[in-house]
This record gives sequence, C-alpha cells and structure tokens, in this order.
Amino acid sequence: MHTASTLALAQATPREPTPARRAFLRLRRRRGAMLGLLIVFLFVMLAFFAPWIAPFDPLETSWSAVRKAPSAEYLFGTDEIGRDVLSRVIWGARASLQAGLVSVCIAMALGVPIGLLAGYAGGWVDALISRMTDAMLAVPFLILAIALAAFLGPSLTNAMIAIGVSSTPIFIRLTRGQVLSVKVEDFVEAARAVGNPHWRIALRHILPNILAPLIVQATLAIAAAIIAEASLSFLGLGQQPPAPSWGSMLNTAKNYVDNAPWMAIWPGLSIFLLVLSFNLLGDGLRDALDPRHK
Amino acid sequence: MLNYFLKRLLTLVPTVFFVTVIIFGLQQLLPGDPAIMLAGEDQDPTVIAYLQKKMHLDKPLPVRYAYWMGGVLQGDLGESLRIQKPVLELIQEKLPVTLELAGLAMLIALLIGIPAGIISAVTKDTLWDYVANGVALWGLSTPNFWLGILLILLFSVSLGWLPASGYVSPWEDWKANLAAMIMPAFVLGNAIAAVLMRHTRSAMLQVLSVDYVRTARAKGLSERVVVLKHALRNALTPIITLGALEFGTLLSGAVLTEQVFSIPGFGKLIVDAVFNRDYAVVQGVVLFTSTVYIVLNLLADMAYFLVNPRLRG
Repeated sequence: MHTASTLALAQATPREPTPARRAFLRLRRRRGAMLGLLIVFLFVMLAFFAPWIAPFDPLETSWSAVRKAPSAEYLFGTDEIGRDVLSRVIWGARASLQAGLVSVCIAMALGVPIGLLAGYAGGWVDALISRMTDAMLAVPFLILAIALAAFLGPSLTNAMIAIGVSSTPIFIRLTRGQVLSVKVEDFVEAARAVGNPHWRIALRHILPNILAPLIVQATLAIAAAIIAEASLSFLGLGQQPPAPSWGSMLNTAKNYVDNAPWMAIWPGLSIFLLVLSFNLLGDGLRDALDPRHK
Repeated sequence: MLNYFLKRLLTLVPTVFFVTVIIFGLQQLLPGDPAIMLAGEDQDPTVIAYLQKKMHLDKPLPVRYAYWMGGVLQGDLGESLRIQKPVLELIQEKLPVTLELAGLAMLIALLIGIPAGIISAVTKDTLWDYVANGVALWGLSTPNFWLGILLILLFSVSLGWLPASGYVSPWEDWKANLAAMIMPAFVLGNAIAAVLMRHTRSAMLQVLSVDYVRTARAKGLSERVVVLKHALRNALTPIITLGALEFGTLLSGAVLTEQVFSIPGFGKLIVDAVFNRDYAVVQGVVLFTSTVYIVLNLLADMAYFLVNPRLRG
C-alpha cells in the first residue's frame, strides 16, 4: 500500500480516489453516522463556547430561585441551591467530552504500542503481554475503574486516568490481533527484505494498515468512556462539586425526583445523546472502513 | 478432550497470578504510608502499628505480596476496618441480593434480546428490523442510572405503582421483593438485551444463509420450523459464551443500579467501602469478582466445547 509502485500507480490514475476518501464517501452516505457526527459537533461547539452560550454562571447560587420549574428565564429550571440547570448542562459538556477524549488517548497511548510489541515480537514477549491483558480483562471495566479511582482519590483527572487504564486492554488485544494478520502480508515481507529496521517496519508499514479498526474502536471507546465518567461522577468519584458534570448532577437529582424532576431529565438526556452519537458514528465508521462488514 | 481442558486450566495460572498482582498493586497507588491511609480517618496509632505489622510493611514488596497471597489462598481477604468483619463474610452476606438482581436481569435480557434478534434477522431491512436496531442502540447508549431515575419518576412518583427503594428479602415477602426488584432488574437487563439482540441478529443472519438451511427450505419445511429448529439451534451456541462474558457488565451495572434503588447488595458494598476508605473491602470485592469472571469464562468455554461436536477431536 505504501510502496513506490502503488504510489506511482496512484499518480498515473489521478481520478481514482484514495482509500481514505472512498471510506469518507461511504461514511457520508450513512445517515445515522452523519447525524452522530452532527450531534458530536454541536456538543463540541457547546463545550468550547460555554462561557458565551450559557445564560448564567454555572456556579452561581440564588436562594430566591431554588428548584424552580423550567420557565422563560430558566429554560431547564434550577437546582437545589438555585443554579441554572441549562448553564450547568452546557458547562457539563466540557467534563464529558474531555473525559471521553483524554481517557481514550491514554488507553491508545498505552495499548497501541504494547499491542504492536506483542504482535510483532511474538514468542515469550507476546505470551507475557497477552496473559497480563487477560488479567486486566478479567476485572469488569467499571469495577476496575472504580477501584483505581478509589485508590487514586476522587477527581476528574484521576477518573480519566482510571477509565483510560481500564480501557487499555481492549486496545492491546485489538492491535495485537491486527498486527498478527498484517505481519504475514507480502508488503511486510518486502519491507523486511530491503533491510528496514524492525521499528520502521512496525511504525511505517504495519501501523498505517491497522489504523481503520483502531479508529472504529476509539470512537466506540469514547462512548463507553463518557458513560464511565458519568458513572464515576454519579458515584462521587469523578468531577467534584461544585464543578458541573452530568453524572454528579444526576446524583443530586435523584434525591429530588419527586419535586424537581427537571433536574434529572436534562443531564441524563445529554449523556444519552452524546453517547448515542458516538455509537452511531462508530457503527457508521465500521461499515465505511470495512466493506466486508455489513 | 481432557487434554484441551488441562491446557485451558494451565493458561489460567498466569492470568490469575497477574490479577492478584494488579489487585495487590492497587494499594501501592495510595499516597504515603499505606498503613496510615488504611487506618482511615481516625488514624489510631495502635491500628497503624497493627496494620504495619500485619501488612509486613518493613519487608520488601515481593515478600509482602507473598504474605498477602498466602492469606488469600486460605480464604483470608483481609478485614473491614469500618465494620470489623472479615471481607469474605461481608461478601457472603451481600452476594445473594446481587445474584437475585443479576439473575432477574439476565432473564429479562434473554426474553427481550433473543426474540428481538431473531425477528430482526428474519425481517432484515424492513421496518421491524430498523425498530429492533433502534431499540438496541437506545439500550446501549442509555446510562442505566438515568434510566433507573426515569423509571422511578414514572412508576413510583407519577403512577405510584412500585416502590422507589426499600429492599425486602424474598424469604420474608416474595411479592414485596419482586415489586422492589422488577425496576432495577429491567434497568440492568436493558443494556444486556441490546448486546444479546445484536449478537443473535448477526449469528442468525450468518446461519440463515448456509446450505443446510437452504436444504431445509427446499424440502418444503415451514419457515417457522426452519428458523426455530434448524437455524436458531446453531445460532445459539455462541450466545452461551456471550452470556458468561456479559457477567462483567452485569456486575458493573449492578453497582450503579443498586445505588439508584438503594439495594443492599454487592455494588453498594464496594461503593460504601470506597467512601469509608475501607480499602481491604474494595480489594476483596475486586478479587472476588474477577475470580468469578474467570471461572464463568472457563465454564462457558467448556460448555461451548461440549455442545459443539466439531470441536471434540
């Protein structure tokens, strides 16, 4: 794929779109994936421009507006100490998106190199890494994240580390499996024959060819990480009050279900929408990047 | 066949070893002297001294691991400093509650997931298929603690049909028990139903396109018999393994569900332990959960092996 001959071929026929472009065209035809992309984009905008969009300060309390139902002034109502729920939902997008992206970056930064090493080196290195991966996968994802967050101490940063580390084994296993199937291809053999060093074969010839499944997994892992961050915050192990996060908002809201249900509706709906969008996008990417998968 | 099982058992040894290393390693994450941290908020000097001696903190790390592991192998998972009870005893107390919840959730998941998967495979690319897929996507994307709160809002607050919390043991009053458990079980089963539906769908689609199904159709069997007898039986095999793998999801979900509905189970045990800084309980629960997960996986592999005659050499 990255050898000189195919490059020459691609230049000779300029109208043939690249694989990445073909995948993008396939993705664009999938309405679900495009909807997912749009909602993700909207949430990113919301998080980025939160200070300008939010009508109130998300931390400002008001004793004259405690648990007020949604109205023209407070579109989503107010919470138990008179903070504007809409503003907190908008600011809360920051914690969720940050948690999703940072923890998946941590998981990939650890998992992809380790998986490459295991798959490429083989032998006892592979055996050792694989058994360690099995061990990490034996602890249920959220339980491992809860345990890590408990020992590290409750904070958003530690929650992201805990979720990232807990998601790592999935990336190790996926990368290793992909490397094993690509390693035996002719172009890897050719790269080896012309005398490339191992690191170059692994990074320049194998890695680009296993990116597609990694991107799909990363998208779905972001969805899982957002739910995990919300879960940890719901349990009190993530973003600490008074900083706004959808999970901790739901934790408070559950005590006021009978007289302030709006406190529970909006943050939950936001988690649902954002997670749904990443899932839609991930499913769409999988279908677009892997033509065999229908 | 015996050979296969022996080999499978042997690969478990390093896995279990690494699991214990991870769990033992957790306490190294605590900042400062673990004995002071483990002693909790009171930091009673006698407790600290006792812990330092008990955890052999003057010895090097591998020796400490060996002491800890020696205890674990004899069923000593440590002691809860808060409740002054052995961790194993606490787990035995709370486990039945969570097992009931998980069992009911799995039942609900099977009753929804498998029929939905079959219908969606048989009616591929029609409205029914889209509806089933949409529902599955909804199940996968809804945080179960939010779904729990919404159900409480609907069935407890608005309609007043079901209690929002308050666990009753089934031995005392099974009707009250069921009333308290039905919502949490649905919440927990919902996400697993979605996973089961997706897997059943793809397994059925694969099986429906193979030769023996075409033969069954060609010889004039009714579609009902073809789908339920010829296809489903073969599609179900991988779902056995999936059931065991979903155990982890069940337990993770139980932590949140029990928190929403105030059910005094396994999940509440770990959350309370986290907030009481009862680290031995956290470690014990994690160790117990992973051991059960490993054993269930092994059993699933064996079941898979036994029901699939082609694997028996």
